[in-house]
Amino acid sequence: MTAYLVRRAAISAVIAFGLSIVIFGMLHLLYPSPAIVVLPPRTPEALIAAWNREHGFDDPVIVQYLRYVNQVLHGNLGYSYKLNESVTTLLSQRWARSAYLSGSSLLLALLIAMPLGIFQAVRRNTISDHVTTTAAFTAYAIPDFFFYLIAIQALALTFPVFGYEASQSSSVLAVMLDWHDMALPISCSTLLIVAGYSRYMRSSAMDTLAQDYITAARAKGLPERLVLLRHLLRNACLPMATIVGLSIPALLAGNLVAEVVFNYNGLGLLFYDSLQTEDYPVLLAYTLVGGLLTIAGNFAADIALTVADPRIRLA
Amino acid sequence: MANIAPPLPPLDVTRAPEGGEVGPVQSGWRLAAREFVRNKLAVVGLAILAFFVLFCFGGPLVYHGNLLNTNLLGVNLAPGPGHPMGTDNLGFDVLAELMKGGQASLEVGFLAAAIGIVIGALYGAVAGLLGGIADAVLMRIVDVFLSVPILFVVLIVAVRYGASVLSLSLIIGAFTWLVPARLVRGEVLTLRVRDFVSAARAAGSGRWRLINRHLIPNALSVIIVNVTFNVADAILLVATLGFLGFGLHYPTFDWGDMLSNGIGYLQAGYWWQIYPAGVSIILVVMACNLIGDALRDSLDVRLRKR
Repeated sequence: MTAYLVRRAAISAVIAFGLSIVIFGMLHLLYPSPAIVVLPPRTPEALIAAWNREHGFDDPVIVQYLRYVNQVLHGNLGYSYKLNESVTTLLSQRWARSAYLSGSSLLLALLIAMPLGIFQAVRRNTISDHVTTTAAFTAYAIPDFFFYLIAIQALALTFPVFGYEASQSSSVLAVMLDWHDMALPISCSTLLIVAGYSRYMRSSAMDTLAQDYITAARAKGLPERLVLLRHLLRNACLPMATIVGLSIPALLAGNLVAEVVFNYNGLGLLFYDSLQTEDYPVLLAYTLVGGLLTIAGNFAADIALTVADPRIRLA
Repeated sequence: MANIAPPLPPLDVTRAPEGGEVGPVQSGWRLAAREFVRNKLAVVGLAILAFFVLFCFGGPLVYHGNLLNTNLLGVNLAPGPGHPMGTDNLGFDVLAELMKGGQASLEVGFLAAAIGIVIGALYGAVAGLLGGIADAVLMRIVDVFLSVPILFVVLIVAVRYGASVLSLSLIIGAFTWLVPARLVRGEVLTLRVRDFVSAARAAGSGRWRLINRHLIPNALSVIIVNVTFNVADAILLVATLGFLGFGLHYPTFDWGDMLSNGIGYLQAGYWWQIYPAGVSIILVVMACNLIGDALRDSLDVRLRKR
C-alpha cells in the first residue's frame, strides 16, 4: 500500500510539473509580455523593449519559465500590475470566502446526493424515481447563471426572503454567520451539484444492488434497513470519491459563475475582474492554482479510495 | 452545473447469445437500435433534437422576422400579430432570433464535440495500440490536460482573440478530447486480447477486417455515447461565456447571449425575452443527455432486459 501511495504521489508530481509547463506556455503564447497592459497606449516600441528588458520579459521562454517556477515554489505567485499588489496577497485575502462557498455546497450536495441516489435506485422505475430523476436531469441542463438569476428574482425580489447578493462583509466569520445573504448562493450551487452527482450515485447504487453480496445479505434474513445501510451505502459511495476528485474543475467553474452573479468577493470574482482588465499575472496564477487543486483532489480521492476499499489496498 | 465529471465508461458489447437455443443471429447494432427505441425517453430526446435542428436551420427559410433594423417604436413588444414571440430591446423579432441563435448554439455544440471526438479517438487508439512506455507517456499528457480548468482557459483565449463559432469550437474541442481518448484507449486495450478478436484472427481475417469489423464497431459505441454528452456540455459552456460577456460577437449570437440580454428585463416582466431561449437551451441539453444515457444503456449488454 505504501509503495502504491509513493508511486501515486510521484505521478501527481509529474502531472503537476506538466501542468505548469502547459499553463505557463499557453499564457506566454497569449500574452508574451504584460507591457501592452501595463504601459499606456501608443507607447513607442523602444520604451516597450526597455520595459521588457528591465522586467526580464525578453529572456528566453525557458529562463522565464524556470524563474516563474522558482518564484512559485517560494510562495510568490507574481505581481498584479493592475491592482498594484502581489498575487499571493490577493489570493490569500479571498480564498477563504471561495472555500466557504464551494466547500459548504459540496458537503451539502454529497449529504443530499448519496441518500437520494440510493433512494432512486431502490425505488427504480417508480413514480418517485421518475420525478426525482427528471428533476435532476432538468437542473443538470439549466445554465448555472440562469438558475441563479431566476432564484434571485423569485426568492430575493418577488418574495424578499433572502438577500439578492452574497454577504459583502470583509470578515470571513461575519460572512459565515450571515445566513440571510449566504443561504441563496449556497443552496443554489448545492442543488446544481446534487443534480450532477445524484445521476452517478443512482447508477452506482444500481450496480451495487445487483451484486451477489446484497442478495446474500437479504437471503440470510438481514432487515432491509441494515442491508441498505451496511452493505449498499458503503459500497455505492466508493465511486463518488473519484467523481468528486474529477469534478473539481467544474466546481471551480461553477464557483466563478456563482461569485459573479451574487457579487461575492472570492477568487472567481477576482478572476472575472482580472479578465476584463487583462491582468495577466492573476489569470496565470489562478489557472495554475485551479489545476494544482485538481491534481491534489484526484490524489486525495485515490488515497480515500485506498483506505476505504480493501480490494484496492490489497491489489 | 455543467460537466460535473466524465461519464462512467460503458461496458463493451458481447454478442454471444445465452442459453442453448440459438435463434437467427442478429447484429449487435440492430439489437441496440431495438433497445434504444424501446426507451421512450430516448425517443423523446431524439425527437426534441430533430425538432430544434429543423427549427433553427429550416425555420428561417419559411419565417422572416426583422433581424436587421433596430426599430425603436417596436421595442419590448409582447407576443402579438406580426411577431409571434414578441420583440427584444432593439425591436428585433424574438422568434427569428431564436432560430438564428440556435444555429450558433448547435453549430458550436456539434463542431466542438466532433473535433474533440476525432482527436480523442485517434489519440486513444494510438496509445492503446502502442502500449508500453509510449502509452504511459501519452496518458500522463492526458492527465495533465484533464487538470486544466477548461472554463478559465476558454475565457482567457476568448478575451485575447475574440470568440467566433469556429474559434470557440476549436478551443472547446481542444480540451474535450481527453475523456474520449481515455475511453477509446481502454476499449482498444481490452479488445486487443478478447477471445473474439483472437478467434477472428485465427479464422484468417486480415488486419483491416479486424479493425473494421471488430475494433471500430465496439469502440464506436463508447465514442457515440461521449459525443452526445460533449454536445450538451459545449452548448452550456458557450452560453456561460455569453453571459460573462466574452461570447460571440454580433451579428453572430447564441441562445446564451439572448438569455443574458433578456435577463436584464426579468424585473420588468418581459418574459418572452427570457424563457424561449432558456427553455431551448434546457431542452436541447436535456435531449442530448437523454440520448446519451439511452445509448449507453442500449449498448450495454449487462443492462439489457433488466
